[in-house]
Amino acid sequence: MTWKTLATTALAGCLFAFAGQAADLRIALQDDPDMLDPAQSRSFVGRIVYASLCDKLVDINENVEFVPMLATDWSTSDDGLKLVMNLREGVTFHDGEPMNAEAVVYTITRNMTLAESRRKSELASVDKVEATGPLQVTFTLKKPDASLVAQLSDRAGMIVSPKAAEAAGANFGANPVCAGPFKFVERIAQDRIVLEKFADYWDAGNFHIDRVTFTPIPDSTVRLANLRSGDVQLVDRIAATDAATVQGDASLGYAEAVGLGSMGMYVNIGNGDNAQKPMGQSKALRQAFSMAIDREAINQVVFSGTALAGNQPWPPTSPWYNKDIPVQPRDIEKAKALVKEAGVDRIAVTLKHHNNPVVTQTMQMIQAMVAEAGFDVSLISTEFATLLNNQSTGDYEMTRSDWSGRPDPDGNVHQFYHSKGGLNDMKYANPEVDALLDGARASSDPAERKAKYDAFAAIVTDELPIITFGHQKFLYGFTATLTGFEAYPDAMIRLKGVKLDN
Amino acid sequence: MHIFIAKRLLVAIPTLLLVSVFVFFLQKLLPGDPILALAGEERDPVVLAELRERYGFNDPLPVQYVRWVAAAATGDLGISLRTGQPVLELIGQKLPVTIQLAVMALGIAFLLGVPAGIYAAVRQRRLGDHAVNFLALAALSVPNFWLGIMLILLVSVNLQWLPASGYVSPWENLALSLKTMIMPAVVLGTGLSATLLRHTRSSMMGVLKSDYIRTARAKGLSGQAVVLGHAFRNAVLPVITLTALLFGELLAGAVLTEQIFTIPGFGKLIVDAVFTRDYAVVQGVVLCTAAGFILLNLVADVLYVLLNPRLRSQL
Repeated sequence: MTWKTLATTALAGCLFAFAGQAADLRIALQDDPDMLDPAQSRSFVGRIVYASLCDKLVDINENVEFVPMLATDWSTSDDGLKLVMNLREGVTFHDGEPMNAEAVVYTITRNMTLAESRRKSELASVDKVEATGPLQVTFTLKKPDASLVAQLSDRAGMIVSPKAAEAAGANFGANPVCAGPFKFVERIAQDRIVLEKFADYWDAGNFHIDRVTFTPIPDSTVRLANLRSGDVQLVDRIAATDAATVQGDASLGYAEAVGLGSMGMYVNIGNGDNAQKPMGQSKALRQAFSMAIDREAINQVVFSGTALAGNQPWPPTSPWYNKDIPVQPRDIEKAKALVKEAGVDRIAVTLKHHNNPVVTQTMQMIQAMVAEAGFDVSLISTEFATLLNNQSTGDYEMTRSDWSGRPDPDGNVHQFYHSKGGLNDMKYANPEVDALLDGARASSDPAERKAKYDAFAAIVTDELPIITFGHQKFLYGFTATLTGFEAYPDAMIRLKGVKLDN
Repeated sequence: MHIFIAKRLLVAIPTLLLVSVFVFFLQKLLPGDPILALAGEERDPVVLAELRERYGFNDPLPVQYVRWVAAAATGDLGISLRTGQPVLELIGQKLPVTIQLAVMALGIAFLLGVPAGIYAAVRQRRLGDHAVNFLALAALSVPNFWLGIMLILLVSVNLQWLPASGYVSPWENLALSLKTMIMPAVVLGTGLSATLLRHTRSSMMGVLKSDYIRTARAKGLSGQAVVLGHAFRNAVLPVITLTALLFGELLAGAVLTEQIFTIPGFGKLIVDAVFTRDYAVVQGVVLCTAAGFILLNLVADVLYVLLNPRLRSQL
């Protein structure tokens, strides 16, 4: 046999397609998740994996309303200081241990006390949590907190097996044991996370996928190519510029949902010496900057029309949006007049941003738009860790920053606009805003909260510590043989009802 | 020979120490705080302070350095801040992947580059030489990421012959492993083959002009015997050094290709670690790469001696 025959045989051997199993779903993620321990995890993408791995006390539906999951119902006392939750019966963890009040108390306490826990601030309002029945837990709060149920609809409310967590300690993420529809099989960092169907799941009848493999593919072009070649069946967050391609391909399906987050620019108002620059000092200049931006044009050019123009921390589609302050069209004359009013002709502004292509393109558009109003913006593109550091230490005049969004409005504003907020890198401080945000957090009456958030939105869209300009949609592409998939505003991939035919 | 190898290994120790000092202190100059970078959207000052203390970032740098080197000397490279996995385990997972990629890429580069280089040298300044040089220039100029994406679109999306990306260990499934690796290896190997071609060509041209080649021809040896038997053996020495260096470079330098084909390799590990300021991983990976480089150079030197008997007397 010559080398030619050998090579041909080898090549032919290679060409046999590697057919997947019938209900073996491969999902391409944008990034590699960090630790798979709900107490320690930080990454957004990690939450997508948890949606299949770890059930929470509460879930949200497609309208961002809270619905039962491990807790079947809950009630808050009149003074807002007690939250009582009744738990689902007959739920077991992946290791066969029962999910009950004890397990919930253990998990919440672990989230509040584990040295490595990142859930402490989310549960800061909780004084103690007790089992008040075999399937009932009572949270006692230090002060009323309307956002607690929302926190329990995320990582803080993912209940883990006490036995497994006790044995693994801080290393729980290496082999997570939860009560979700799929159980952990293996993880190879930067390569794959494999889960398989948990037969004893409380709602197993609604899950039709046997095995899920999450593969991180950071490049969006490559993610899409993998979908089109059939190597993956569902793609997390396709690029806006690819949306039309996916929609036009009969062999692919497409789904989208308006996110809960926002895109904006921070202005350093009180964080160190850089706050003394004109933008930080003059409200009129910030308003001029905001007015000079054509938000819809950015949506059309950068996001191929898939995003939403915006001006408040929540999208215009949200029930919390203040409809009396709609997104204004670009008003360059008024912007120029405001700049003149501030007593200057042209203003030099330095703006730092993350060096990814979409952000860079957005910023170049904004740079050109505001130049017409008299702003000479120098863009400094930097990688993310440096940007974060600059932002938190006040080493910036303006920065471009995104927020992925939370289901409860409190999670989208309190930490940014409250003078003591952990993410308030602008060091914006307004006692009136503090009072409104604290009041809205303490109230459990939706109408009262809405009134307070409306008043808050009126103030911050006038003072503009953050110039919000839009809201992204989460876009998904999947193979046409995948049915039952729905996009959610929180961008979590929920596999309930999803079927895959080969 | 043994003494030669032992001497070279002893010299490696101070080199590695120097590398460790460089990598440790240079990355501390990077702006950005690892704890902040890891915190992402959840920034609670109290938790951040606790974490900083827990991972020893509050200690003076020399103390941190000594603690790290002392642990590294016993084989403990620390724990990844991002995933919580031991660094040594991460390296153990990623290194074989990149070695497989590098070996396959170099294999392709060698098969393409060396024969083409010999051919170009023999046909120098004639049409064949020009054609080969043109191809080499093209191969060098095509960016890896472009070639990679084009190949994926052609071979995986349109023809559906090979998987678009991913990685399968050869121990798990050899055929599938080769199948997933062949495209990235071709992408990496194309550029490298041009480098090898040019070195082979110039080295061969130098040797072909020498007296002993003229003698060999004068003795009436066939063209093939002169080129392959006499000239190539001498000309191949610098090419081997180059190959060893290229191999070392590939260990950490195949990042773009790894990124496009989603190969969980060494390059991707270090890039992700730098971006998240995962110090322990960066340090561990750089130290291992340095050690690998030193080892490969040693191997190249030994091969030199084996291929060129004249050098043996100098040991």
